[in-house]
Amino acid sequence: MTMHIELGKIREFARAIKDDNPVYFDEQYAKKEAGGVMPPPTFTMTQSFWDEGQGHIELGLDLRRVLHGEQEFEYLRPVYAGDTLTARGRVSNVEKRPGKRGGEMTLVTLETEYKNQRGEVCLYARSTIIETAKPVEKKD
Amino acid sequence: MERKKLYFEDVKEGAEIPVFEVTNLTRTDIVKYAGASGDFNPIHHDQTFAEAARYPTVFAHGMLNAGFVSKCLSDYVGRSGLRRFKVRFTSQVWPGDTIACGGKVIKKYEANGEKRIEGELYAKNQKGETVIQGGFVAALSSR
Repeated sequence: MTMHIELGKIREFARAIKDDNPVYFDEQYAKKEAGGVMPPPTFTMTQSFWDEGQGHIELGLDLRRVLHGEQEFEYLRPVYAGDTLTARGRVSNVEKRPGKRGGEMTLVTLETEYKNQRGEVCLYARSTIIETAKPVEKKD
Repeated sequence: MERKKLYFEDVKEGAEIPVFEVTNLTRTDIVKYAGASGDFNPIHHDQTFAEAARYPTVFAHGMLNAGFVSKCLSDYVGRSGLRRFKVRFTSQVWPGDTIACGGKVIKKYEANGEKRIEGELYAKNQKGETVIQGGFVAALSSR
């Protein structure tokens, strides 16, 4: 799966997370500060837009019972607007755990490696998804 | 648009990261994130679907709240120095909630020829409940 890091998408994402950092909006400032306009730290969450039907892992989870448990990013090299990233994902861990509120839980950890157009690894993203036995209830 | 740059020498272990607050999160905020991220799990925008799944209403994507935490963090350490960012989602965020993000520096050290800081992050709702626990590592410039 290949994703083009587009300036407009960076800005749309930054606005959605209410991040007004000029490193996303002011090209001159970004060049001086970071070497160019960088995407926000969690930007690779947009990767579903670049799914070509390859590299996408169908987990077969029930969306009514799925919660995002954890997310981790490890940044090895900077990514800039105009770069092209290629993502490769793998299921790195699956475990079952007794849950407090929703019965038995299944925890699935996905690790995605992102390489740039020069073949350099830029970042790793690790997502832990939880499927609960029944929906979690709102606490009041 | 100039921002104050954080230097390694100016950070003390235990230093608090300035709080970033999002007041009264709206369904529109949630839908904007769905559009920006491409995560259209209907649990985050479709009231009928949320109720059928026995939730009282839609709730924010964990990664929207993580985005607020990342904004709080990158305002403090700068964007380019970030080496690691981790969040654990401990509770949901509902429309109308007010979320305060913050954290503190727990360690200063050198690694890979860089001066780095490590710290903890959090996001809390208006009732004081933690919705995110997190951590980070960032490289800072030296004076």
